[in-house]
Amino acid sequence: MMAIIQSDIFLLALTIGLFLLSGAIFRRLRLMLFHPVLLTAVVIIIFLKLTGIEYSHYKQAVEVLDFALGMSVVALGYLMYEQVAHLRSAAMPILLATIAGCIVGIATVVGIAVAFGLERDIITSIAPKSVTVPIAIAISEPCGGVVAVTSVVVFCTGVLGSLCGVKLLSLCRVTDPMARGFALGAASHGIGTARAIELGAVEGAMSGLAMALTGFGTALLLPLVERYFY
Amino acid sequence: MKGIFVILSCWLVGNGLSMLIGGYVSGNIIGMLLLFALLCAGVVKGETVRPAAKFLLGTMALFFIPFGVGLIDSYEVIMDNIVAISVATLVSTFAVIAVVGWVFQLVNRRAQR
Repeated sequence: MMAIIQSDIFLLALTIGLFLLSGAIFRRLRLMLFHPVLLTAVVIIIFLKLTGIEYSHYKQAVEVLDFALGMSVVALGYLMYEQVAHLRSAAMPILLATIAGCIVGIATVVGIAVAFGLERDIITSIAPKSVTVPIAIAISEPCGGVVAVTSVVVFCTGVLGSLCGVKLLSLCRVTDPMARGFALGAASHGIGTARAIELGAVEGAMSGLAMALTGFGTALLLPLVERYFY
Repeated sequence: MKGIFVILSCWLVGNGLSMLIGGYVSGNIIGMLLLFALLCAGVVKGETVRPAAKFLLGTMALFFIPFGVGLIDSYEVIMDNIVAISVATLVSTFAVIAVVGWVFQLVNRRAQR
């Protein structure tokens, strides 16, 4: 019995099955806390605790998801291509919003973390929180961050932006679909982009573009901040 | 199938280029820009990549779940600093959404006038 539960196929099927189920529950209830990604992760944590399966074993079993994430980041190039007309018409806002996003994203996190007196390695771990996981890890690890902390904080940022982003944008009277998509991608990377794709093709493409550009910008900026500012 | 091949190829070349620049930017991001460039240049047709890309993008949220489960391992470090990490994450996420959305909209309006 245990052999089956520990098998790669079971753990992968469990993850996908729970995700589908959570999606169905979310669509019924529309309750914030029941975000499918969050709900699935929590249930799997409980499952691993109960069965005593190590996280490293689970991570290895579902490695194909990691691979698929890498592929879907590349696939965002297609999304950008579909919206190329929009991109041309908005080169200036894209540039300025990207710069603003990178600076605000890093400055607020590092500022608050320093104010709270967090240790240096923790600050470095959470600094790239608005960037997609593969890039965030690529930034934090060489600077001395803890990868496990980075991935959880990035994950939470994504869920947070995906849950509250649209409401917050409406509150700030941001109605331009391009601006809305771009903001979601800049703040909450792939999970925000998944939400933006639900809103529409324009939002989705802008979000994917924002995720790429802020990832790029943060990767350039953060090593400098890490060296000179805290 | 062809779409998967194109995406994998872009990623592979992206990884190669990433290594050349010392990993400063990760391979999949370079791969994304590469795929975009190939499509714009007409080297790759949109229809070729479309089915694979649509599938991947439609399921993207699923691929993040293992990172959330990572909380099991980083639980103690995060719990020790939970207040600071939560405040920093919350404030910063909202600040980025608001500022980026606002800046984009403002500049975009000016540009279209």
